[in-house]
Amino acid sequence: MEENITLEDIIRPENLVFQKTKLFTEKPLSYCPGCGHGVIHRLVLEVLEEMGISEQTIGVAPVGCSVLAYEFMDIDMQQAAHGRAPAVATGIKRVFPEKFVFTYQGDGDLAAIGTAETIHACNRGENITIIFVNNGIYGMTGGQMAPTTLPGMRASTCPYGRDVKSMGHPLKITELIAQLPGTSFVTRQAVHTPGNVRKAKKAILKAFQNQKEKKGLSFVEVVSNCNSGWKVSPVQANKWMVENMFPFYPLGDIKDV
Amino acid sequence: MKELRLMKGNEAIAEAAIRCGADAYFGYPITPQSEVMEYLMAERPEQRTGMVVLQAESEVASINMIYGAAGCGKKAMTSSSSPGISLMQEGLSYIAGAELPCLVVNVVRGGPGLGTIQPSQADYFQATKGGGHGDYHLIVLAPASVQEMCDFVKDGFDLAFQYRNPVMILTDGAIGQMMEKVELFEQIPRSETQPEWACVGKPATRGRSIITSLELDPNRQEQFNLKLQKKYREIEAKEVRYEKIQCDDAEYLFVAYGTSSRICQKSVQLAREKGIKVGLFRPISLYPFPYEAIESLSKQVKGILSVEMSAGQMIEDIRLAVHDRIKVQHYGRFGGMMPVPSEILQQLETQIIGG
Amino acid sequence: MTEEIIIAGFGGQGVLSMGKILAYSGVMQNQEVSWMPSYGPEMRGGTANVTVIISDERISSPILNIFDTAIILNQQSLDKFEKSIKPGGTLLYDDNGITRPPTRKDINIFLVQAAQEAAKMGMTKTMNMVVLGAYLKIKPVVQDKNVEAGLKKSLPARHHNLIPENMTAVERGKEIVEQTQKV
Repeated sequence: MEENITLEDIIRPENLVFQKTKLFTEKPLSYCPGCGHGVIHRLVLEVLEEMGISEQTIGVAPVGCSVLAYEFMDIDMQQAAHGRAPAVATGIKRVFPEKFVFTYQGDGDLAAIGTAETIHACNRGENITIIFVNNGIYGMTGGQMAPTTLPGMRASTCPYGRDVKSMGHPLKITELIAQLPGTSFVTRQAVHTPGNVRKAKKAILKAFQNQKEKKGLSFVEVVSNCNSGWKVSPVQANKWMVENMFPFYPLGDIKDV
Repeated sequence: MKELRLMKGNEAIAEAAIRCGADAYFGYPITPQSEVMEYLMAERPEQRTGMVVLQAESEVASINMIYGAAGCGKKAMTSSSSPGISLMQEGLSYIAGAELPCLVVNVVRGGPGLGTIQPSQADYFQATKGGGHGDYHLIVLAPASVQEMCDFVKDGFDLAFQYRNPVMILTDGAIGQMMEKVELFEQIPRSETQPEWACVGKPATRGRSIITSLELDPNRQEQFNLKLQKKYREIEAKEVRYEKIQCDDAEYLFVAYGTSSRICQKSVQLAREKGIKVGLFRPISLYPFPYEAIESLSKQVKGILSVEMSAGQMIEDIRLAVHDRIKVQHYGRFGGMMPVPSEILQQLETQIIGG
Repeated sequence: MTEEIIIAGFGGQGVLSMGKILAYSGVMQNQEVSWMPSYGPEMRGGTANVTVIISDERISSPILNIFDTAIILNQQSLDKFEKSIKPGGTLLYDDNGITRPPTRKDINIFLVQAAQEAAKMGMTKTMNMVVLGAYLKIKPVVQDKNVEAGLKKSLPARHHNLIPENMTAVERGKEIVEQTQKV
């Protein structure tokens, strides 16, 4: 029993096993415990840091839970109107073709209100990176049905479960944009296990490297959870995600040109 | 040597955009202003100056592309006509809220709804009173000639960057489609530097540049609104523009902007041939509106006829300026119809002089 | 000097381009000009018209309902614009296809058989330039050298080889125009 251990003992450099990515600001993340956003933010920032491109990068934040992404990422960013991030990113990339530009969007933003902007940015092959976080629900506004909500899945605007006959089907927008000649790399990842985190990071790295090589639009979907919106514990949320989301939204690369 | 050309108003907008060193144009086709993008595409501005021109998938996308490029400190513009401008209102509110400079041209057509493709001035309220949500103003310039279409592009960008505020050129299909002699200004090189607030990628030497209109704390949002209002008061104090035509001895007054002001000039001529002393007051800046100049004229003249191709929008501002001191009436045509000079004179005689 | 002109006919007769060449000629001699195409709800039935104003002074209204001169190339336009000419003003028309000739007694009327002449010359596309020549004979508001310069400015470079032919048509128009009524 080491009963006399002090704070100074703990924070000695040789005891360091994990540290905040340099590109995170000092602001504490506002996401719910168990949410995937923190990990996905971190992966994006680690990639920027490792590629040494943070000073040439401009990010675009959406409307949704990650609306304040610019508070956490220590890079220049713009906050876009709901769904318009791919258009804003297009404007940035067209005037700064040598900079790295990415959008960070949720399912409502990217696949409902912003569908037109998403599809057309993909179709033009804008040389940008889109990070798409899909948790099947509107988190920020309090758990309403999203375009990606599964059939039968409950949300505050489909309290008896999504009835596809009247509410439409979940939109597999990632498969949809993979059909477009403007996209070069389209993949679906997750961050619920260390192995998946490593794979997701590799995909995000590739998406930014493609920008460097001017290969066109790279699109990384991350299937994530929303334990608050799904009204379960973080552990149950991940279990539910594996059992229900993954069969409908299977992980892996969809397109790699 | 100065370069003279015969150009359509829409073409003058496009040529002026290239010449004033604009960095980007994003737009979507709509009559009666499609010549702006057509002219730009034909001119290959990417070769002339490096200016970017892109046809977006919608007006919603184009105004958000403007947001992105303007957030990078670049000179970005778009043009559209009434229904398209309605679609841009969300973006314009965000641009005003993020204090970004940009130029938007509205070549107004008859409304409401899909309306007609012919000239109208029925978007005055939308342009001058905000248009989108929240307390904000665009700076609004109303050209009355093809020459001013050209010159106001340059002036508009200057004002936009001076005040970090969106500027609108409010014109109509008549000036857009009409050809007149234009003296083009010389090519101004595109800027190689961006303002310090611009989003260009964060070096270690400074804090982040964040372009946003979001604030979670209402106290701070109130402070921001007060700052915006202070800016608008400064614009109102410094940027009022107008022209007075034959007002010195005027007993009656037309107030009209844009195409209507051109038609009224002829009405002034016809009236004076009949011995009626009428002058024309032409607001050039619609926001800020020349309240004081009109108030001072209202002490001289017996009555004012506001002429606008609408059901009467600008007349509300004229009445605010006049404080009920004299009679102020409106005459307008709708939906793409334009009044002719004799018709306007007749309205002056019946509504103001005889009324 | 201010000359307010309406030019009207069928689409395809070169009404708008004749107006543009005339306006550009005015620009070449540094006059004020405006060119306002039919752009109102009256534009239907395939007719085209354009208001051209050439002046030494700043131009007021580009939209007019009374004109110094009407240049008319079809019946509908004659029916519509004959009454819009100022008393003492000028009407120039081509009688090709006209079954109801002008009736006003208080205006000067000129006839130019431009369609027929252009066909005779084997240059039907220059019909509008024959009309322009006729107009310039009546009202020499712009000089020939400026018409040529205006042509050069308003035609794309690939059509500059057509300029001599167009100037020949202008000359021919001056020769064949005849006054049928004088006030």
